[in-house]
Amino acid sequence: MTQEALAVEDGAPAPITGGAATEEHAVPAARAAETILWVDGITVSFDGFRALDDLSLTLEKGELRCIIGPNGAGKTTLMDVITGKTRPDSGRVELVPSHTELTRLSEFEIARLGIGRKFQRPTVFQGHSVFENLELASRGGKGVLRTLFGRLKGPERGRIDEVLQLIGLPEQRDRRAGLLSHGHKQWLEIGMLLVQDPKVLLLDEPIAGMSHQEAERTAELVKTLAGERTVVVVEHDMEFVRQIARKVTVLHEGSVLCEGTMDKVQADPRVIEVYLGT
Amino acid sequence: MLASLRQTFLQLHSPRRWLALTAVAVVVLGVVPLLNGLPAGSALRVPDHLIPLFGKFLCYALVALAMDLIWGYAGILSLGHGLFFALGGYAMGMYLMRSIRGEGVYRSELPDFMVFLDWKTLPWYWQGFSNFHFALAMALVVPGLLAFLFGYLAFRSRIRGVYFSIVTQALTYAAMLLFFRNNTGFGGNNGLTDFKRILGYPLQEPSTKLTLYVVSGVTLLLAYLCCRFIVTSRFGRALTAIRDGELRVRFLGYDTTRYKLFVWTFSAMLCGLAGALYVPQVGIINPSEMQPSNSIEMAVWVAVGGRGSLVGGVLGAWLINGAKSWLTAAFPSAWLYFLGGLFILVTLLTPQGLVGLGALLGKLKGRR
Repeated sequence: MTQEALAVEDGAPAPITGGAATEEHAVPAARAAETILWVDGITVSFDGFRALDDLSLTLEKGELRCIIGPNGAGKTTLMDVITGKTRPDSGRVELVPSHTELTRLSEFEIARLGIGRKFQRPTVFQGHSVFENLELASRGGKGVLRTLFGRLKGPERGRIDEVLQLIGLPEQRDRRAGLLSHGHKQWLEIGMLLVQDPKVLLLDEPIAGMSHQEAERTAELVKTLAGERTVVVVEHDMEFVRQIARKVTVLHEGSVLCEGTMDKVQADPRVIEVYLGT
Repeated sequence: MLASLRQTFLQLHSPRRWLALTAVAVVVLGVVPLLNGLPAGSALRVPDHLIPLFGKFLCYALVALAMDLIWGYAGILSLGHGLFFALGGYAMGMYLMRSIRGEGVYRSELPDFMVFLDWKTLPWYWQGFSNFHFALAMALVVPGLLAFLFGYLAFRSRIRGVYFSIVTQALTYAAMLLFFRNNTGFGGNNGLTDFKRILGYPLQEPSTKLTLYVVSGVTLLLAYLCCRFIVTSRFGRALTAIRDGELRVRFLGYDTTRYKLFVWTFSAMLCGLAGALYVPQVGIINPSEMQPSNSIEMAVWVAVGGRGSLVGGVLGAWLINGAKSWLTAAFPSAWLYFLGGLFILVTLLTPQGLVGLGALLGKLKGRR
């Protein structure tokens, strides 16, 4: 893979695991537990129904967080608020390193700040090839004139090739995305997030509809992604969560019920009552 | 820089496609004028009266190109492109009216219809239209500006799909009613007509007609290459992605409103240009060009020819308008049945339109 990457980069040294990695490794261990995203007192209501009720949450740099909760607990709404799809009635979401308040920005601005989101249903572009899907997501300029007259630069192409390896689809490069299997589509979608080198990666039910093997491979993938970047996984499948979880947040009726390691959460009587017990 | 430009240009098409395009261009721009130049009475001669008709088809093809760009690639179905076409036509018509210069029925400096309405001075918005270049610029700027404003409001409010189509339909209808009024100052019901000359050349002369035809052909060719450049660029791929899932594209960091606005405005300006080329060849522009059914017909050209291929729209426009010219003369009452039947047939048999026919035939062959 590095050979390929090197070839298109005109001899420039290829980053092994992506641009962000070098910075991250330079961070001393003591500062590793820095907050990256701060959700503060978010309330969202739809026609009087409180989907999120004064919800607060902090995410640390490089952590892998699982968010679980019964149906209607507000997991997807929380993702919608962070990515700008839904405007909250009150509360703030701050991208801490740059002190940016996200609730006033639109979806594309938030995406450009480095918050990537994978949807529940795989939403790759069916008519585009795998490469073109990744190209669309790539970091290069996304303004009208840039895409009209600009060509993809060497490093961006190199990054796409790297990601193709990482998600295990190098042979499918020129295949139409619509022809991929369901699991491959999910990986492609994760790949589309990775080429953007996001700071925060939000994955909404990444293994929905996957076979057992695919789910296992996805678990591996998700684990390698964390560390370099913050990964948030919303998932129903408890076995999957057990496989990857380091820290789990349980949502219930729009607010945080409990937070901690998988063992701690599983032992909590309130959690057992609302979710695990049923 | 120049080398990369050349490379981009060559990559617009596969060599085979380039060959086909060249062949079509040679027929349209070379063979037709050549056959027109044969001595009268020769069996192969293209008669003079067909030249403006062919020129008209070229203008329609330009419209179809604009329509396909916005509908086939961006997924925005406009049912109001007739308005932009008519506005371009009016801008050119105003220049042609101004260049009549005292040769009208009333021998006045003012256009005849103004004399008829007993107007003494030229309205402010007619100023400048005695200049050809100004009028040509306006044929692009006015539709472009209107499209930009309308698109800005519509796309920002995220009006999409059927709702957008209906609003465009209402827009062209409202404009038609406005232009029908005499005091709007564009000749009301009758529109602008009785043109005499363009840039000093008499419009009745066959050589002027042939020149207009060739200019339309060259414009169509350039516009096609321009559109092809757009759809083969990264911009084009982002555009089709917006068509297939706009929200998803926004989450990838694209300001999709700008993309749609750009291509929408560009499309409207192409239509304006087509209108400006159309009017001197047909000799009249009136508000009936803005009637909603005209805009719907434009969508049918693209649907029949095949969406999202550029070539399809051009073929559709030629085929349908060719058939229309022939059928309205041969079987005046059957024309609409033919159009409706063709539309249904194409939609049912080959949803990709005529350009999808090749693939369909291949499939049938394989089955046997």
